[in-house]
Amino acid sequence: MPESAVKPLSRAWTTADPLLEVSDLKVWFSVSSGVLQRVVGHVHAVDGVDLEIKTGETVGLVGESGCGKSTLGRAVIRLLEPTGGKILFKGSDISHLRGERLRALRRDMAMIFQDPYASLDPRQTVGDIVGEPIDVHHLAKGKERQDRIQELLRVVGLNPRFVDRYPHEFSGGQRQRIGIARALAVEPSFIVCDEPISALDVSIQAQIINLLERLQSKFNLTYLFIAHDLSVVKHISNRIAVMYLGKIMEVAGGSQLYRRPRHPYTASLLSAIPIPDPVIELRRERTILQGDVASPINPPSGCRFRTRCPRAQEHCAEEVPPLESYGDEHRAACFYPLD
Amino acid sequence: MTQPLLEVQDLHTVFSTKEGWVKAVDGVSFELHPGETLGIVGESGCGKSVTALSIMRLQRPGLIKSGRVMFKGEDLTKATEAEMREVRGREIAMIFQDPMTSLNPVFRTGWQVAEPLRLHHGWNAKKSLTSAINMLGKVGIPSAVDRAEDYPHQFSGGMRQRVMIAMGLTTTPEVLIADEPTTALDVTIQAQILDLLRHVNQEFGTATILITHNLGVVAGMCKRIIVMYAGRIVEAGPTTDVFAHPKHPYTWALLRSIPRLDAERHEPLKPIDGLPPNLVDLPSGCAFHPRCAFKIEKCSRDVPALQRVGDTQLSACWVTQAGTELKGA
Repeated sequence: MPESAVKPLSRAWTTADPLLEVSDLKVWFSVSSGVLQRVVGHVHAVDGVDLEIKTGETVGLVGESGCGKSTLGRAVIRLLEPTGGKILFKGSDISHLRGERLRALRRDMAMIFQDPYASLDPRQTVGDIVGEPIDVHHLAKGKERQDRIQELLRVVGLNPRFVDRYPHEFSGGQRQRIGIARALAVEPSFIVCDEPISALDVSIQAQIINLLERLQSKFNLTYLFIAHDLSVVKHISNRIAVMYLGKIMEVAGGSQLYRRPRHPYTASLLSAIPIPDPVIELRRERTILQGDVASPINPPSGCRFRTRCPRAQEHCAEEVPPLESYGDEHRAACFYPLD
Repeated sequence: MTQPLLEVQDLHTVFSTKEGWVKAVDGVSFELHPGETLGIVGESGCGKSVTALSIMRLQRPGLIKSGRVMFKGEDLTKATEAEMREVRGREIAMIFQDPMTSLNPVFRTGWQVAEPLRLHHGWNAKKSLTSAINMLGKVGIPSAVDRAEDYPHQFSGGMRQRVMIAMGLTTTPEVLIADEPTTALDVTIQAQILDLLRHVNQEFGTATILITHNLGVVAGMCKRIIVMYAGRIVEAGPTTDVFAHPKHPYTWALLRSIPRLDAERHEPLKPIDGLPPNLVDLPSGCAFHPRCAFKIEKCSRDVPALQRVGDTQLSACWVTQAGTELKGA
């Protein structure tokens, strides 16, 4: 067996401690220009994020395109190297792990991608796809490997006889199941699900959501669930973090966030989501945000949302509002929060 | 009852594939009344977009096999290409899902928005541009005079969709067909565009066909909806009635399967089993029967016609037509 990826820092980590602790995480991408490709600026994709994920919980991460939610997801499982800040996984600092120790860490985390068409190699059979992580980490060989692949297919609701088929023979929902089986192959404790259902047909989405929930309780998984659809996120998550331009604006339990949003951005995001009920839609009051998301290369000073915020005051341009507690694990970063 | 503005009668549109003929639209009939917003909902491949394209005669490589599209007493399926060019853009305008690929990257935005006016009204460049700028302002583009000079890539996704809507509206068409107009956009931008479409409908009285897979969007936008599955209309009626008492098991199951933002408690979702059908190889009888929780023997044998069920709705289902209520655990 490979040695444990991460050695606890000061004291023994237990499941009562947060599985993942992210503090002041920054991921910047450089922007080059001109013949000499000089760096002329940075995209502040993730710009000072604090987030904690407990063992066995699902944290939903929502925000509009370009807010940095996928970048954050990739950074916490070290598919990207952070520019600054710290990532503690099971109590150990994994922010800058390299080589063999990083490889060993990959046994404990996995990712499910958005596009089940692009994320599976069309020239590999289902068996190869699901078996690859098993081979890479030397988890099983021969008959044991075959049994394991078939068991994984069964677990995600696919016929184990499909091992020799190719991805193109499957529908979008089935492909997503293959992607989930691949993620489970290393027996991870933590999975980042990046928009796992948004490419699927409406009638298939519920199947995949229920599967993810079933797997979570069966294998005691911890999820970071990234999506732009707040209704889906609220359904699957224990807590939700709302991101805007590289920063977390608000974190709270799902129903708390829905009933009593503190941040004006959360409130307008909620009011923008159509509810499939004509009677409710007729009565709803909408706060329609003006304008577009500002550029992450040159984000606004102070609060990043202030350029679109209906409550913004002068002070919002001068200082970055910190995440403040509103009790009960509810935190929001706003100087003029809603009641 | 007012005279319908647009009447689609028993429309059949087919595509030729290696595996045989695909009936993308298989006997679709509906009416659009002046000033109303009609929603057409369904999943990918249900035929909702091909229906819209067939109305505009833009269905190629598909073939309209039979049926009529009556608009102002004329059958558009029989119109010549020259006549269709007069209808498109002037009387029926269409906006598409992807505002990125629907605009020409090498022409200034104002010039493109003014094009229908030059083409259909024969206006000169100056007069049409003035009118286009006016329309860009009306759809909420700030400093429209300057922005008309910009190229499409200088606009954000939401702004580009506004440009498309402005282009569609310059000739004050009577019908606007919006095919998934907000699917490529973020929710806060989606809310802006839906608000604009509501406003357009009120201010210009444009009758709108809104095509979407999002049940929430139709709930907030449309008085009347049509639900499509595998090329056919399976249910139609006033939106409030269809949502409150769906009369087709597909609509019923779809409404139960989606998570709702306003759900009070966490309950497992109730998914629809199985997969959307392969159009090349449709199930016998009702195309939904392999996934249906209410199916009876007849369903796999005979295709149900769309018939009145209850006071206001139409449903193509043997079970509800026989008077059975849709209920479940």
